[in-house]
Amino acid sequence: MVQNIIDVRNLSKSFYISSKEPGIKGTIKHFFRRKTKSLKVIKDISFEIKEGEIVGFLGANGAGKTTILKMLCGLIYPSEGSILVSGYLPFRRKENFLKNITLIMGQKQQLIWDLPPIESFYLNASIYDLDKFEAKKRIKKLSEMLEIDEELFIPVRKLSLGQRMKSELLAALIHEPNILFLDEPTLGLDINAQRNLRKFLQKYNKETNATICLTSHYMKDITSLCKRVICVHEGAISYDGKLDLLLKKLSPVKEILIVCRSEEDVIKLENSGFTVKNKIKNEITLKIENNSITSSLKTILNNFDIEDLFINEPPIDEVIGKVLIKKDYDIKFD
Amino acid sequence: MNLKKYLKVYKKFLHTSLASELEYKTNILVDLITAILSLVGSIFLLSIFFQNNGYIGGWKFEQALIIQAIYTILNGITNTWFNPNLTEIVKHIREGTLDFVLLKPIDSQFFISLKKINPSGFLEIMLGFFLLLFCIRINQINLSFSFLSLSFITISCSICILYSLWFFISTTTIWFVKTWNAIEVLRSFLYIGRFPLNSFSFSLRVFFSIFIPIAFITTIPSEVFLGLSQLWKIVLEVIVASVFLITSRKFWLFALKFYSSASS
Repeated sequence: MVQNIIDVRNLSKSFYISSKEPGIKGTIKHFFRRKTKSLKVIKDISFEIKEGEIVGFLGANGAGKTTILKMLCGLIYPSEGSILVSGYLPFRRKENFLKNITLIMGQKQQLIWDLPPIESFYLNASIYDLDKFEAKKRIKKLSEMLEIDEELFIPVRKLSLGQRMKSELLAALIHEPNILFLDEPTLGLDINAQRNLRKFLQKYNKETNATICLTSHYMKDITSLCKRVICVHEGAISYDGKLDLLLKKLSPVKEILIVCRSEEDVIKLENSGFTVKNKIKNEITLKIENNSITSSLKTILNNFDIEDLFINEPPIDEVIGKVLIKKDYDIKFD
Repeated sequence: MNLKKYLKVYKKFLHTSLASELEYKTNILVDLITAILSLVGSIFLLSIFFQNNGYIGGWKFEQALIIQAIYTILNGITNTWFNPNLTEIVKHIREGTLDFVLLKPIDSQFFISLKKINPSGFLEIMLGFFLLLFCIRINQINLSFSFLSLSFITISCSICILYSLWFFISTTTIWFVKTWNAIEVLRSFLYIGRFPLNSFSFSLRVFFSIFIPIAFITTIPSEVFLGLSQLWKIVLEVIVASVFLITSRKFWLFALKFYSSASS
C-alpha cells in the first residue's frame, strides 16, 4: 500500500494586514495610525497526498495556494492545525527534512546572476554535502534530462527565460529530493519551453517516484501532469479529487455540430427532442449529456442524412474557470 | 554543526562571490581608489583637529592615529563582509528570496552573513594594518605576546559588536520591511568611532558606551595598543560582545517565526 507522504489536518493560517485609504490624507493617517486586522487566509483545510502522486492546486489569485505550499515546505508557521511531511513537522526545518524537499518558484530565482549556472550548482552541491564526483554525475544526468548543455557555462543574466528556468530546476533538484513543491513553474515561458518542462517533470516523477505539488494558472500544466487536483477558494478546499471527475461534473454535456445534407433535416433534428444550441443554414449544434452520447449519436446517424459530424469538448480553461469563481458556480459532489 | 561542511561551503562562497565581483573590473578599480582617498582624507581631517592644541581628550595625534587605523580595519571588514551581505537581508525579505535560504540544509544566519564578499574591502583592511604598524613604530609600542593577544581579543570583540548591531537592525526588516535608514544611522555613528571617546562630553560618552557601544568598537582596542587600558574594560568588552552576539542570534531565530515570505 502506498504511504501518505503529506498529511494535513485542520490547517489554518492568519496574517495581519494593514489597509490604507487613498490620497495624501489617507497616507498621513496610515503613517501615524496604521489599521491592521487579522485575515484568515487558510481556513481549516485537511488533505493527504500519497508518495509519488502529482497533485495540482487550483484557485484564483489570492485563493491561498502559495500559502499552502509555503506551509508544506516549512517557510511559514501555521496558525492552527497540523502538517506532517515525510514524517517531519515542516516549520522545524530539520536538516534531513530539507534534504528531502525542494521549492521551485517561477517568479523567483536562486541562481547567481553574474555567473554561469554551473557555479550555482556546485555551490548547492556543497550545501547539500555532495562530493565533487557525485555532483558532477548528477549535473550530467539532470542536464541530459533537461536538454541543456552549453547554457551551463553562460552567465545567467545572458540566458533566455526558458534556459534560466531549466537551470533553476537543475539547481533545485541537484540533491535529488523526493518531494517537489512547484509554484507556477511555467510562468512566462513560451509554449515549447512549457511543454519541455512538463515532459521533464513527468519523466522525473516516473524515474524517481517523487511526489509533486504544483500550482499553475496554465491549465495545460494541470491537465498533462495531474490526475488529482485540490481546488482552493478563499482559503478553503472546494474540491479534492480526480481531475477527470471534476471535468465531467463541471461539464456534463458535449456539443455536437452536425452538418446535414439539406435544411429539411435540420428542421427535423430541431423538432426531434434534442437541446439545440444554435443553427445556421444546414448546420445545427446540439447539446447532449455525456451519459447519453452513444445512444443519441446512434439515433441521429440512423434517422438523418448526415454529411459531417463534430464532437466538441468545452474548452478546459472555461470549465476550470468555473471552479475559480465559486460564487458563480457552486460545486456539489457526492 | 559539521565544521568540515561549513568550511567547504565558505570556500565556495569565496569563490563564487570573487568570480561575480571580478566580472566588473572597473567597479573594483573605483572601489580601490575610493578606499585610498577615503583614508587619506580621514588622516588629513584628523590632522586639522590636532593643529591648534596638539591634544584632543588627552590623546596626541600619533595616538589618535591608532584609532583611525583600527577604524580603517573595521571599516574594511564592514565593506568586505557586512555591507554586501547584511544589506542584502533587506532585499531577501522584501523580494521573498529568503525562502531559498531557509530551505537549504545549512544555518541561515551563516548563509546570509557570509555568502558574499567585496574584494575591494581587503585593500582597506590592508591599509588599516599598514597604518597600525606605522603607529606601533611612531608610538614605540613593545610587541609582547600579551599585547598581541589582548589586541586580537579586543579587535575580535569589536567586530562581533559591529556585526551584531548591524545584523540586529537588518533582522527587524522581517517586521518593518524597510530599514535602510537605520543602517545608515548606524554607519554614521561609526564615523564617530574615529575619534577618542574622551573627546566627547560626558552625556555623549554614556550614550556611545551604553546605547550604541561605539566606544567599545575603537577606543578600547586603541587603549590596549597604547597600554592605557584597564583589565575591567577589556573584560567588559568581551561580555558586551558575547551578549550582543548571542542576542542577535536569538533575535534572528525569534524573528524567523514571523517571516511571512513575499507574496508571489
